[in-house]
Amino acid sequence: MTNNNGNGLKKASEHGIPAPLALLAELSHRCPLQCPYCSNPVQLEKKTAELTTDEWRSVIDQAVDMGMHQIHLSGGEPTVRHDLEDIVEHCSKKGLYSNLITSGVLLNPDRVKKLEKLGLEHVQISFQDTENENADRIGGYKGGHVKKLEVAKWVREVEIPLTCNCVVHRQNIDNLENFINMALELDAERVEIAQVQYYGWALKNRAAFIPTPEQLDHATEIVEKARVDLKGKIVIDYVIPDYYAKHPKNCMGGWGRQFLNLNPKGDVLPCHAAETIPHLKFDNVRERSLKWIWENSEAFNLYRGTDWMPEPCKSCDRKEIDWGGCRCQAMALTGDARNTDPACSISPLHNEIFSMAAKEAKSAPPEFIYRRYGVRFNSPI
Amino acid sequence: MTDILKINDETILKFPKHVKFKYNEPRKEWVILAPEKLVKPDKIAVEILKLVNGERSVKNIVQELSKIFKAPENVILEDVKIMLQQLSEKGFLVE
Repeated sequence: MTNNNGNGLKKASEHGIPAPLALLAELSHRCPLQCPYCSNPVQLEKKTAELTTDEWRSVIDQAVDMGMHQIHLSGGEPTVRHDLEDIVEHCSKKGLYSNLITSGVLLNPDRVKKLEKLGLEHVQISFQDTENENADRIGGYKGGHVKKLEVAKWVREVEIPLTCNCVVHRQNIDNLENFINMALELDAERVEIAQVQYYGWALKNRAAFIPTPEQLDHATEIVEKARVDLKGKIVIDYVIPDYYAKHPKNCMGGWGRQFLNLNPKGDVLPCHAAETIPHLKFDNVRERSLKWIWENSEAFNLYRGTDWMPEPCKSCDRKEIDWGGCRCQAMALTGDARNTDPACSISPLHNEIFSMAAKEAKSAPPEFIYRRYGVRFNSPI
Repeated sequence: MTDILKINDETILKFPKHVKFKYNEPRKEWVILAPEKLVKPDKIAVEILKLVNGERSVKNIVQELSKIFKAPENVILEDVKIMLQQLSEKGFLVE
């Protein structure tokens, strides 16, 4: 092992890891919606801490110089930023392929047209359900669903490719076919059917969301049939809740291997949930270059490669396929980020956690804890 | 999405506006970028795609390639058509 700032961790280049492929840019944590499964951390960043337009321009320049291909403009809600147009313009000027991940509700036709003219390449709109009332209840935003349908039309009118991001769970999974039909009617190129992943807010609301194994099997059948029937018409991406998978997901393609994430104040994270691991120290683009951080940041190097792995990961022949699963899930469910992701069927904690979740799935769903600034929790999960 | 395009010798292909075929200088590689997609075409595909400009027909592309690779047109025509067909079915090329 080579010394890295005295912490003894191997750097990216010593793992043979090239520059990241893409950057997830969380422009703001502000959002008009309050989805109880939001992927943002429970401690949301305030507006005053956000990176400025020029700081984002510098990040884009650095990303391009490193050889990154794509940027995902996300949040919170990225359209709360009045300089979104400037950021998109800078991406196209520099040749960074831009993708906007939005709830859509703050957009208007002129802004969509302008973003298209400035070179925005792809828009992803989130949908909470296909029924107005339930969709608005889940998102905590009245009139949201109707507005999203309108926004999707504006996006297609200016011929930007559209993806419908549909988050499914036990309170809307019966509408799965309707989600796919909605995406077809909206002339979407892709539809993402993603089961809720249980970190942060979603973990606090797990009992309200987790489907039963029967619901999940039924959903999987519907998706598989639709994929055959709609081949060439629409691409269907499908993410199951990994509690019900045999192997854990190879989260982010492996920790610090392919992607990086900037939070609104410029902390550079290996994934969007990494702030849930309390002992990680993040480097910030206000103090260090993106290139330096990718190579040297302790938060990245701590779980890169396989040296850090305990058993059963260490002797597993899938260790360079799954990369131990998800560090954030290991932290949340076992209290130690180094442990095997309990989603893995080989994890010693798998059965215990799985049966607890399965029990939740069969009980009446509790009230949502909505994603809001300043929510206080009585006890950590 | 539109119906599947059947490519013939006269088809004139171009990249849809959201598909970018470009050289990434720091990585020293050609890539195709599309929504949520990143594809690294092999060397031959790169040479073919460099000739796609919304003006050349498949036949013209093959004529150019035959000069570059010093191979008879009739030998490479079918392979080129198969490759372009596959790329168009993935949504990377349109008429």
